[in-house]
Amino acid sequence: MTHDESTPAIETSGLVKTFGSTRAVDGLDLTVPAGSVYGVLGPNGAGKTTAVRMLATLLRPDAGQAHVFGLDVVRQADAVRGLVSLTGQYASVDEDMTGAENLVLLGRLLGYRKPAARARSAQLLEAFGLTDAADRQVKNYSGGMRRRLDIAASILNTPRLLFLDEPTTGLDPRSRNQVWDIVRAVVAHGTTVLLTTQYLDEADHLAARIAVIDAGRVIAEGTPGELKSSVGAGTVHLRLRDAGQRPEAERVLARVLNSPVQLGADPVSLAARVTGQGTEREMDRGAAEQAARALSELAAAGIVVDDFSLGQPSLDEVFLALTGPAKSEAAA
Amino acid sequence: MSTTTENLAPAVPYVPAAESIGAVLAPGERPPRPSALSASITFGWRAMLKIKHVPEQLFDVTAFPIMMTLMFTYLFGGALAGSTGAYLQYLLPGIMVMSVVMTTMYTGIAVNTDIAKGVFDRFRSLAIWRPAALVGNLLGDLLRYILASTTIIIVGLIMGFRPAGGVLGVLAGVALLVVFSFAFSWIWTMFGLFLRSEKSVMGVSMLFQFPLTFLSNVFVEPTTMPGWLQVFVDVNPITHLVSGVRGLMAGTWDTGELTWVLTSCIIMTAVFGTLTMRLYNRK
Repeated sequence: MTHDESTPAIETSGLVKTFGSTRAVDGLDLTVPAGSVYGVLGPNGAGKTTAVRMLATLLRPDAGQAHVFGLDVVRQADAVRGLVSLTGQYASVDEDMTGAENLVLLGRLLGYRKPAARARSAQLLEAFGLTDAADRQVKNYSGGMRRRLDIAASILNTPRLLFLDEPTTGLDPRSRNQVWDIVRAVVAHGTTVLLTTQYLDEADHLAARIAVIDAGRVIAEGTPGELKSSVGAGTVHLRLRDAGQRPEAERVLARVLNSPVQLGADPVSLAARVTGQGTEREMDRGAAEQAARALSELAAAGIVVDDFSLGQPSLDEVFLALTGPAKSEAAA
Repeated sequence: MSTTTENLAPAVPYVPAAESIGAVLAPGERPPRPSALSASITFGWRAMLKIKHVPEQLFDVTAFPIMMTLMFTYLFGGALAGSTGAYLQYLLPGIMVMSVVMTTMYTGIAVNTDIAKGVFDRFRSLAIWRPAALVGNLLGDLLRYILASTTIIIVGLIMGFRPAGGVLGVLAGVALLVVFSFAFSWIWTMFGLFLRSEKSVMGVSMLFQFPLTFLSNVFVEPTTMPGWLQVFVDVNPITHLVSGVRGLMAGTWDTGELTWVLTSCIIMTAVFGTLTMRLYNRK
């Protein structure tokens, strides 16, 4: 191996890919540390898939540099291919063939002899709960099973870096949780995972660091916590006993918290952003204090509050704050 | 193949176990990179498996050639050669060439379908000899060409085709046709890589193949055609191929035609094989 532990799994600078007049990736700068899940978050058409395809040597960049474990993805493409694996957005397994045949085929292509390829296939099918379906054609698999087979195929070569391009798009909640568990198991073993997603809770659950990309560029980068605190400390949600008191409650909240108040669809609910200042810790304390102050002011005004919660901002709020309202439609 | 998704679903839902997935990822000995030949043969095996699972796709190399042979023999035989039996001796090598050459476009369609389904992304991200996936597909197609040729020869023999060249001549004729088809299918592989859908691959190949196969000596002697058409027919590679195959089956080895055909095979493979690989690597 030609790299040491401190070499980032991925390092790109000024990466560009244009299709006709569209700049799908427009100066992407990314550093992905080895050994964890790195989330790339963005709406449809943000350039996630194009970026991944360039890093997996499937597309040639038009400009800029990209290195995977220190290897140039253009000039040392073949060496990069030996270290990475890709699970594309569309199942990259052969539907007409059985699960076992798909894995044996890949095993053979990776250089295993037939008996070794068969053994490896059986081991993977077992680990991914597909032994019973091994001899059925993939086109008869459910979406979740297909996705699992796809990921099994991707780790057949024990990659050091695994690209998962929107791995849970279109899956039901149980299959999604299975994929999440698989990702955790893969990372626990030391494989770096680059995960693209348009689901904010997915990035929040799995990724150690997240890059938010929009229109082919990174618009924010950091840990999920850092991204959230860059937006604000959190949001208070209130439910009143009497809908008639909501206008008054709105005035009180706006005055104490000094931020716009959102009225819920339920005529007794309302919410307001708590904007803190300073470091993350002080901010949290500040937010709680401000919320407490708002509550006591409401009580003093004779407003009955039935339910109250103070939540961290969700990544949805982060995302909307970063990309602006025009882009939020594309993200939906 | 009437299994449904429902009865495939396991009774106990799958729970991923970190240990078993970890065991799979344990750094075992990485096998050496497969040779170009071994990778191509593996893709050829894939093509066989696809025939095994979707046998209906063999209709176009069995039913279609039978139909063509019957149709043209009985339709034109009386008018063109006085009797169907006499015409069959002339037509059979030609109709065999036509049927097999027409099926070469399925190579392009197969490539296009593979790309649309995303499975090529996986193959292209492997550290293997790059043309292997395409060469393997072509190896699988050799089987289809042989099957189509055999079907026509058998139908012909039943109908009264009596080749003077004997078994050896017929085998040599089929071999020449298969070699030509292998080289010719690189053209459709190339189209399969850059055209948008399998429908457009089919459209483009029909546009080329109809004039190429009909404006040749498959059905009638070129001497009966107007002069300007003869000019085209004489440079049409299909004409030379048909002459070559006819000669071999009749037991008269026409070295000039054979050289012409084999040279055109080398040129087609060199030109379209190279263009195909450039497209494949750029994709």
